[in-house]
Amino acid sequence: MALFKLLVNGRNYQADVDPDTPLLWVLRDHFGLVGTKYGCGIAQCGACTVHLNGEATRSCVLPVSAVGKSKVTTIEGLSSDGTHPVQLAWDKVDVPQCGYCQAGQIMTAAALLKRNPKPSQSEIDDTMTGNLCRCGTYHRIREAVKLAAEHPVSGSSKTPKTK
Amino acid sequence: MQTIANTNRRNFLKIASLAGGGLVLGFNWTGADAATPLTEAGAAAVPGVDFNSYLSINPQGIITILSPNPEVGQGIKTAFPIIVAEELDADWTKVVVEQAPLDTKKFERQVAGGSGSIPHSWKRLRVAGATARQMLLQAAAKRWNVPVSECSTAKGVVLHSASNRQLSYGELATEAAQIPVPTDVKLKEVKNFKLIGSTVKNVDNPKIITGKPLFGLDFYREGMVFAMLQRPAFGYKLKSLDASAAKAMSGIIDVVTFDNNVAVVGKSTWQVKKAKDALKVEWEKADALESTADHNRLFKEMLDSSEATVRRKDGDVETAFKNAAKVIKAEYQCPFLPHNPLEPMNFFAHVRPDGVELVGPTQTPELARNETAKLLGISPDKVTVQLTRMGGGFGRRLKADYVLEAVQVSKLVKAPVKLIWTREDDMTGGSYRPAVRYRFEAALDAQGNMVGYKLRGVSINAGNATREDNFPSGAVDNLLIDSVDHKSPITTGPWRAPITNFLAFAEQSFLDEVAQAAGKDPVQFRLELLNKAKQKPVGAIKYDIDRMIGVIQLAAEKSGWGKKKGPDGKLLAQGFSVYFSHRSYVAQVGEVVMQKGKPVLQKVYSAADCGVVVNQSGSQQQVRGCVVDGIGHAMYGNITFKDGVPQQKNFNEYRLIRLAEIPEVEVHFVQNEIEPTGLGEPSLPPAGAAVANAIFKATGKRLRSQPFVEQDEFKGVS
Repeated sequence: MALFKLLVNGRNYQADVDPDTPLLWVLRDHFGLVGTKYGCGIAQCGACTVHLNGEATRSCVLPVSAVGKSKVTTIEGLSSDGTHPVQLAWDKVDVPQCGYCQAGQIMTAAALLKRNPKPSQSEIDDTMTGNLCRCGTYHRIREAVKLAAEHPVSGSSKTPKTK
Repeated sequence: MQTIANTNRRNFLKIASLAGGGLVLGFNWTGADAATPLTEAGAAAVPGVDFNSYLSINPQGIITILSPNPEVGQGIKTAFPIIVAEELDADWTKVVVEQAPLDTKKFERQVAGGSGSIPHSWKRLRVAGATARQMLLQAAAKRWNVPVSECSTAKGVVLHSASNRQLSYGELATEAAQIPVPTDVKLKEVKNFKLIGSTVKNVDNPKIITGKPLFGLDFYREGMVFAMLQRPAFGYKLKSLDASAAKAMSGIIDVVTFDNNVAVVGKSTWQVKKAKDALKVEWEKADALESTADHNRLFKEMLDSSEATVRRKDGDVETAFKNAAKVIKAEYQCPFLPHNPLEPMNFFAHVRPDGVELVGPTQTPELARNETAKLLGISPDKVTVQLTRMGGGFGRRLKADYVLEAVQVSKLVKAPVKLIWTREDDMTGGSYRPAVRYRFEAALDAQGNMVGYKLRGVSINAGNATREDNFPSGAVDNLLIDSVDHKSPITTGPWRAPITNFLAFAEQSFLDEVAQAAGKDPVQFRLELLNKAKQKPVGAIKYDIDRMIGVIQLAAEKSGWGKKKGPDGKLLAQGFSVYFSHRSYVAQVGEVVMQKGKPVLQKVYSAADCGVVVNQSGSQQQVRGCVVDGIGHAMYGNITFKDGVPQQKNFNEYRLIRLAEIPEVEVHFVQNEIEPTGLGEPSLPPAGAAVANAIFKATGKRLRSQPFVEQDEFKGVS
């Protein structure tokens, strides 16, 4: 066990954990940031995708000891209120079915658009094909990434609230 | 009626906000409980009055609609409230949807399975909405002292147009709820639906896209411990255990055994995972240790067995085949498949002296409750079940095995427990889609009419691998369908569109072979059979012939069947498939083009008849998802065994379809006013054959086994 200080979503956190603990489980079990999901534990599905200094990173295979002073952004910190263009596009296109993989999909798409604001269809496919969606929402994932790149949506969503 | 009870979430937020931009204290979940979101602004902050089991309205006009059935990605948490809100004439922007806990006194059939939620609840939900609307009308009429017949409703208000007055549902709620519940309310005519049939977004989108706790794995409770299991492979039992190294590891509370399982219990997921890997467990043989090679040998034996169970027999098959002008015979095979929902199995259980609390992802909460009660020898009413949103299920969560594991561990360690399966546990722990092989035989007369049909389904733990009353039964004078099953230690269970998910591929591919042999167009061949069934039905027919013809014609029309040309001016290679399952009818056309000598699936046209479409967005999603799922598993899915041990353990060894591999999918629905049926499954079964038949058209290679990528015929075309 050792004490690790992390900068997550612009805020300082610390956790006393084994150095090999993947960032994923530190976020979930120790910081209460459960938006980042566990799917495979071997960087194959992308459900655990977070940003490390803006780069899409698989948090399930990243030991907390390797995070250092990197800035970590999770789905909870992508925007303060769900209004990042990728989040808005995801809602507008109504991408989610079960929804479990979507935080990872959104984080992957947001990192793509940051480094390449106008990706081609094949650039979108090459990046997004790294994230599994077991429900098969791929058509709308592709459509939402295109929408976020071409016509960032704004304004409030008409989706009713749930408790 | 909170999805997940919580008292401590606010404590966490207090810590976080006190810390501000400074240091947030690292904490374990001993002081925080994640699963309940804060009450959202505007969301029923003031309690409403209940009108019935499904809905309440508060003075601000916020309508809370309970969705009793588990949400597994099929969209029921959106579809159910749409149906209630339609008959209520509610303002959809003022609707708040809540997941109801298990309550078998209030609700019936709280199940996500068999594509049965919509057909079961359609009428009940409409009556719930219409009854409340009627009570609101009566309350307004009373207040205005006018006849009810002069009042109308629209978007959350009651109107009296003669006097140009209106009252909102919120203003009327308290009075309306006092009115005796009417028993003969009139339901809307289908043509007057406004919300039903429109495009409505998933009600949980705002939470999903911001990463709010929604799923079972997101549930944390003060004082809870984490548990993982080592389970025996199929046919083994526990021989010995050395847990000394695991117990000495940091964060480990205990290692316990039950029913040949070894459970590691500790303070965090990762510590438990590491200790689980450090267990020294010896297993010993307790049953047959089966390998895929054994199954292939068993298939051969069962196909030739004289001990088959006859499922359906019409006419005189022997004579029909003896007198046939042509006999076509082919065998098709499909492997075991894991379900692989992206959220692995998990459950929270707290066995207390006075009862049991269960929280988590299950397609069958009632089964979870009843099996828990049975296991512990207590009354089912001592067990509560809260439903979380599920990260997929595909039938896996129809079983309660993982719920009972959580219960067992909680009982042994006397603490609230969150049991977590790793991906490897999930892929190797059953219960799989059973492996099956089919032998089809068809007898043609001199005119190419199918006068005889034989199907034998042989399987590993599938029971009856046929659906003897489905098409083409009823359309063939002489028909024999039988089955043989092998009982195996490898556990199997329902997998999205059970049985039909592979039977449809085999049958619709074989009918393509028969049409080819008869020199007939595959669509025309099917229509001829259906017309025959209509004019001269043979035995019981349990599908609606006209609805099946309807989807065939719609798919043929939309796909430009037999006419559509590619950029090179030549006819496109198309494959046809149609299937009736779970009360819905779906026809599909696959379109393949050759690129660099390889067949590439370019597009799938899908035409479905599920009666009234409740939600355009959700329905299109279900069809697309089913097509992607059906194609993905037909192409790539395979789990094999060596001496009872599954050989694929994670996504590096087991291939799921990815975004770059999907075809375009064009979705059409038959427009009618028939009561709706489910869409969570019916578009999956026909997909495999639509692809395989198109590949045959493009390459002349017939794919008779799944997964396609592992077949010589498929490799041969590259």
